[in-house]
Amino acid sequence: MRDDLLRVEHLTKIFTTGFIISGERIAAVDDVSFECKSGEVIGLIGESGSGKTTIARLILKLLIPTSGQIYFRDQEIWTMPNSKYYRYVQGVFQDPYSSINPVYRVKHLFDNTFNLLKEVSKNELSHRVNEVLEMVHLKPEEVLKKHVDELSGGELQRILLANCLLVDPEVILADEPTSMIDASMRVIVLNILKNLSEKQKKLIIFITHDISQAFYICDRILVMYKGKIVEQGSTEQVVLKPQHPYTQRLIADVPKLKQKWKIENV
Amino acid sequence: MDAENRKILIEAINIKGYYYLPRGCVHAVDGCALKLYEGEIIGIAGESGCGKSTFGKLIMGYNKPPLRLVDGSVKMDGVNIYDLPWKERKKFWGSFIAMIPQYSMNSLTPTHKVQALIIDAINEKIGSTISKEEVIERAKRRFEELGLSPNVLEMYPFELSGGMKQRAVIAISSLLNPKVLIADEPTSALDVSTQRRLLELLYYIVKREIVKSMIVISHDIASLRQICDYMYIMYAGKIMEGGPTEKMISYPLHPYTKLLLNTVVTIDPETRKRRLEGIPGVPPQLIEPPIGCRFSERCPYAIDRCKREEPQFSEAEPERFVACWLI
Repeated sequence: MRDDLLRVEHLTKIFTTGFIISGERIAAVDDVSFECKSGEVIGLIGESGSGKTTIARLILKLLIPTSGQIYFRDQEIWTMPNSKYYRYVQGVFQDPYSSINPVYRVKHLFDNTFNLLKEVSKNELSHRVNEVLEMVHLKPEEVLKKHVDELSGGELQRILLANCLLVDPEVILADEPTSMIDASMRVIVLNILKNLSEKQKKLIIFITHDISQAFYICDRILVMYKGKIVEQGSTEQVVLKPQHPYTQRLIADVPKLKQKWKIENV
Repeated sequence: MDAENRKILIEAINIKGYYYLPRGCVHAVDGCALKLYEGEIIGIAGESGCGKSTFGKLIMGYNKPPLRLVDGSVKMDGVNIYDLPWKERKKFWGSFIAMIPQYSMNSLTPTHKVQALIIDAINEKIGSTISKEEVIERAKRRFEELGLSPNVLEMYPFELSGGMKQRAVIAISSLLNPKVLIADEPTSALDVSTQRRLLELLYYIVKREIVKSMIVISHDIASLRQICDYMYIMYAGKIMEGGPTEKMISYPLHPYTKLLLNTVVTIDPETRKRRLEGIPGVPPQLIEPPIGCRFSERCPYAIDRCKREEPQFSEAEPERFVACWLI
């Protein structure tokens, strides 16, 4: 038995545009393999269009892979029933507005999540909801009765994270989970993710284009470029001694607080 | 550079701009001041909802309802723009001061070619005093200066990448050679390499004197730090601190600036060794702002006076201003 929790083998996803004959084939994810263990924070970084979100969607069974397999505890995920799989694997997405039904109040979102957790009593659930909301620094009594349009993007993203924590999954796919969260709160959210991996041994797959955030919380980093993993290794190794020219450029372009760019061509 | 000998392009004094909404009056900008010298790039940093975009609009003289200017003045070339009627103000926009609003790269109409948009925009500004051909000719030159192929004029917005769109927007807003350009969150939704190229471009158009000076509004301090000479930090409708970028980064004065700089995740090796701390709590409601310092509720150093009296924005060191009782 292998000790990895999630394993991706030769994963490929090809999108076709146009008609069958004149169509263009784009490999969004091209023969990607990696494995991750419990308690790890894995960073998947790359520019927009590099295929990182597609990987998240494939792992969440929102897309069907063209070829390749994904294993959760040595079981191919497509052979597992959804109700079981989503108890273990959950995602937080970059655009919170498209993740929540705007017609209902926030409470409704949590109620829906309860349906997934059939065996838990109602009393215990409302207790749990309060607990997870406080974890992400939101006040349950205020937030629960609000509609989506009364909340800021940052608050929504934290609500989605809370919702994900409610299920208490083994794997959390966080796709740009802080894209709308302010600097003062961003670090708090990153610390929550870090704590989840350290104390509760969750596997966090952290997807971002912001290398500084990945540098702060990840144990390992995979750099993606045009659907392929071009470099991987420990965070220190990848960020401080990048080997691939693409990674080198990506890291040089990150604005740093203590250092000013040399702007040429003036 | 000697501050006395530099020409002031914009001077905003004690700006108060409130949004009059059915649920109450939002004190979005509450007594902010700013001086912009020729050849300077100023950054306005702050978290979402702090009033930085509203401040940018008010500097333009754009106080459309529900936003109302309650107090203050903005001098452009010695003229207070709020003394002028709307029609007269329009003459300043585009030719003296221009703005690149947030998300403006998404505002290009998808069914029109870039050049049609340009002709439309220029007609709106200065009527038909110059011919179409001349507008296109000018646009071509400006596009080339900004490193865009003139072919872009013949393209539709959906054919352009994010970075190209942002460049096209900058080219269009600087077409009438404004002296001042205000860029509101120019790099949001761009990835790091595109973001860097764009910031370099903004720096370049000031250094090459395509525009004389610039105000960049952003939540991203690390980006602002790369191109700005001077920075203002805003919180809940107030400017908390203003100072030359280098000095502010190396030793911030205001507690908020200190805490905010501490939340910036960077790829310095030391970042990984320690736990960064956020700022717990939320900014105050601006419908009924607190009486004392607006940061006092979240400030770990707050004393009694902070909750009772509002600190004045005053000079703490040469060129450095701060609003805090503890300095």
